[in-house]
Amino acid sequence: MLRKSVCELYSNLVTRPTGAAVRCEIEQELDRIGDRALTVIDFSHVGLLDFSCADEIVAKLLLQYVSIDAPRREVYFVFRGISESHLEAIEAVLERHKLALVTQRADGESRLIGIIGLEERRAWEIISQLGTGVGADVADAIGLSRVDADRMLDTLWRRRLLIRYDNAYVAVGSATVESQPTRLDA
Amino acid sequence: MTTIINVPHSLEDKSFEQVLDQVAPLPLDEKIIVDTRHARWASPYGLTALLALAQSRAERPVLYVPEAENVSTYWSRMDFFKHAAELYELQGRVRTTKAAETSVLLEVTSISKSDDVHDVVDKIQQRAQDALVKNLNLDAKITMRFTMALSEVCQNIVEHAGRGGWVAVQTYTWRVRLGGRKVVVIAVADPGIGFRQSLESAPGFQRKERWDDGQALEETVMRGASRFRDPGRGQGLAGVRRFVGNWDGKLSIRSGTARIAVLPKGDWDEDEPLVEDLSYFPGAQVQITIPEHVA
Repeated sequence: MLRKSVCELYSNLVTRPTGAAVRCEIEQELDRIGDRALTVIDFSHVGLLDFSCADEIVAKLLLQYVSIDAPRREVYFVFRGISESHLEAIEAVLERHKLALVTQRADGESRLIGIIGLEERRAWEIISQLGTGVGADVADAIGLSRVDADRMLDTLWRRRLLIRYDNAYVAVGSATVESQPTRLDA
Repeated sequence: MTTIINVPHSLEDKSFEQVLDQVAPLPLDEKIIVDTRHARWASPYGLTALLALAQSRAERPVLYVPEAENVSTYWSRMDFFKHAAELYELQGRVRTTKAAETSVLLEVTSISKSDDVHDVVDKIQQRAQDALVKNLNLDAKITMRFTMALSEVCQNIVEHAGRGGWVAVQTYTWRVRLGGRKVVVIAVADPGIGFRQSLESAPGFQRKERWDDGQALEETVMRGASRFRDPGRGQGLAGVRRFVGNWDGKLSIRSGTARIAVLPKGDWDEDEPLVEDLSYFPGAQVQITIPEHVA
C-alpha cells in the first residue's frame, strides 16, 4: 500500500523537469517497497497535465517496468482519476512509446488504454471477467491454440497488464478498489 | 552610424516582416532606432517580436514610443514597456493607466526557466475559461487544451532556445479575415538558436542534401523531429498541431528565414503552408490563433 503526495509545489503537472521530479519520487517510493508491487496512481487532484509531463511521469515510469529483457522490478500500475484532458496527453505518450496501461474509474471499472492488439485486449478482458484465469480460458474463448494463448498471456504479463500469480493470471485493476493510491496532488 | 527602423501602423506577424527587412541587412552592432511613433495597433506577436528584436542586437537599440495615447496606454497594460525598458532606450512619453484590460489573457511575460511556464499556466487558467467559453463561444473542453498548448510552446523556449523569450495571449476581433469574428491569439517569441541549429546539435546529425530553415521547420513541426534521441521528445508540437486542428485554428512558426503554417480547415486564412527566403531573424516566433465558434 502506498500513499504519498507529490508535486506539492505546483498546482499543475506541466514541464519535463516537473514530470521528472514526480517520477523520481514515485520510483524512490517503489524502491523502498520491494520487488513486487501494485501501485495506484491517482490523478484526481491534478489540474493540467501536459504532453511533456505525461511523457516523464507516465511513459518513462512504465518503460522501466515493462522492459521485456530487464525490467527494473515486477511493478504493476493502475491509474485513477484520469480526466478527459489528462487522457489526451496520456494516450499521446502511450502511442509514441507503444505502451498500454490500466485505468480505473471511480466505480471500480477498469479498462485498457494505449497500444494493444484486439486479441490481447480480448484476452485481458476475459481474465478480468474471470477474476483469475489461465491460457486454456483464453484459448477457448477466442479460438487460439493453447500455446498461442499462453504466449499471449505471457506477453500481457511482461507488459504488466496481467499479474502472474500461482500459475494463473489476474488482470491489473481487478483487485485494487480498496487500496490507497499514490496521489499526484494539485 | 544609426539606422531608423520604421514600424508599420499595424504591427502583427505579416507586417513585422517589414521591420525585419530593414533590420536583417544591418551589422548586429549597428545602433538602430525602432520607430513605433505612428503605430496604431500591435498584436501579441508584434509586441513579443519587438522585444526579441532588441535581444537580438549587440548594441542596445532606441525605441521611439507610440504617440497615440490609446496605443501607449494599451502597450503599458500589456506590460510591454515594463520589459522594453530593460532592452531598449525608451524615448517619448510612456502613458500608463491602472485600468485592467479585459481582452488581455496574459500580459507580455518573460520565459526563461521551467518555473516561468508554471506561472504562466497558473495565471492563464483563471482567465481562460471566461474568455474562451463566454466570449468566443467555444466548448468548455478547450480551456485545458488551450493551456496545454500554451505550456508546450513556452517550454520550447526553455528547452531549445538557449536564451529567454516572451509570451503574450490576447483576444481581439479579427476584422481583416474573419469579418469581425473574435480570435484568441498566443504569441511566443525568442531570439535563440532557432529550429535549424537546434536540430543540428543532435548527436550524429547528418546534413541532408537540401538543408535549410524551411526543412528544419518541416522536420520538427510536421514530422516530430527533435535534437534529443529520446523518442518521447517532439510530442509537444505534435500536440499543439492536433489542438489547432481540432479547433479550426492556425499554427504558424517562423525561424531563421522561413515560416511554416498549419492552416485551418475553414477558409478564414489564406496563408501559405511554407514561406521561405524571408529576412533572417534568429530564434523562433510562434503564433497560435483560435477563432470564435460561430453556429
